[in-house]
Amino acid sequence: MAADPIHQFQIQNIVPLLKVGAAEIHFTNSAAFMILGVVLTALLLLGATAGRHVVPTRLQSVAELTYELVASTLRSSAGEEAMKFFPFVFSLFMFVLMSNVVGIIPYTFTVTSHIIITAALALTVFFTVIIYGVWKNGLHFFNLFLPRGIPVFMAPMIVVIELLSFLSRPISHSVRLFANMLAGHITLKLVGGFVVGMGSLGFLGSIGAIAPLALTVALTALELLVAVLQAYVFTILTCIYLNDAIHPGH
Amino acid sequence: MMSDDARGNGEKGSAPADEAALSARLKSLGQRLDQAGSRRTPETGPAPRSANDRAGLALGLRLSSELVAGVIVGAAIGWFLDRWLGTSPWGFIVFLLLGFVAGLLNLMRSAGLVAERQGK
Repeated sequence: MAADPIHQFQIQNIVPLLKVGAAEIHFTNSAAFMILGVVLTALLLLGATAGRHVVPTRLQSVAELTYELVASTLRSSAGEEAMKFFPFVFSLFMFVLMSNVVGIIPYTFTVTSHIIITAALALTVFFTVIIYGVWKNGLHFFNLFLPRGIPVFMAPMIVVIELLSFLSRPISHSVRLFANMLAGHITLKLVGGFVVGMGSLGFLGSIGAIAPLALTVALTALELLVAVLQAYVFTILTCIYLNDAIHPGH
Repeated sequence: MMSDDARGNGEKGSAPADEAALSARLKSLGQRLDQAGSRRTPETGPAPRSANDRAGLALGLRLSSELVAGVIVGAAIGWFLDRWLGTSPWGFIVFLLLGFVAGLLNLMRSAGLVAERQGK
């Protein structure tokens, strides 16, 4: 087991796929775990809804609760119209949730601990908001940057501030998820490393290693909480941003 | 349902005259259940306290990066404007401050937004 806490985030090539000029495209461990997340989601949802019991089985109620959670979040923050985005939001939620939760299992790779992944997801939301907002509302969409009832002499400054606030969204959206996952996994690895290091120091060291071991257990529970919460936060923010695309008047 | 029935039977056995009080209690229990049900989020189960904790945690995790993102975007825009227009250091100074304002705006918006939702 490598003691390097960053080692777990390394991208490893598994199968070379194709070559574009000088760049080689490989099937990496990241891609493998993305596919695993999607397959697990599909298995969970297909398996859960196969029976369609009136009184749900345990698995079926997991699927129903997930659906209800995302649907009620979307409805309450972006309104009934936003339900046309439900497949998109639900896919995002399940992908982030599965990536986060699978990443807690030892020896796995956490897809969402790479900013390129979270940035891609956040930018997808960002451009969906812009494109749908302009397509649906036309130039009215840009009222987002000029709230009603602003005096004319204040307008230029307000527009710049609102524009900056709008542009900072994909950054906070992606950095939040990525940083939480990265920091959590590094902490876990470091504390886990203490157990091994102290345990190798003989009897007294082994007794001392009990404290970091207990901490590791507690941290794992915390990480599970953070994994679910971060997926939920990512979804809430997606809903809030979609709300701006649908109702740009504030 | 089951526990209500069981409790109803028990009450009947001990105090049969208290029908009215019992139905009032059942009603208030129903109301409280409704309240708990509407507050409950499917993720964490029936305990309202943990639901509040979760909302608070989600809020805290959200707020932590709003401000930073605004400042970063402002600084980046200012820096690139300076390079492009050769106005160093004014673009950086002005946009850093504006970015800070935008970050604060985001921060207050997300805080206010959650308060709104709790009020509902």
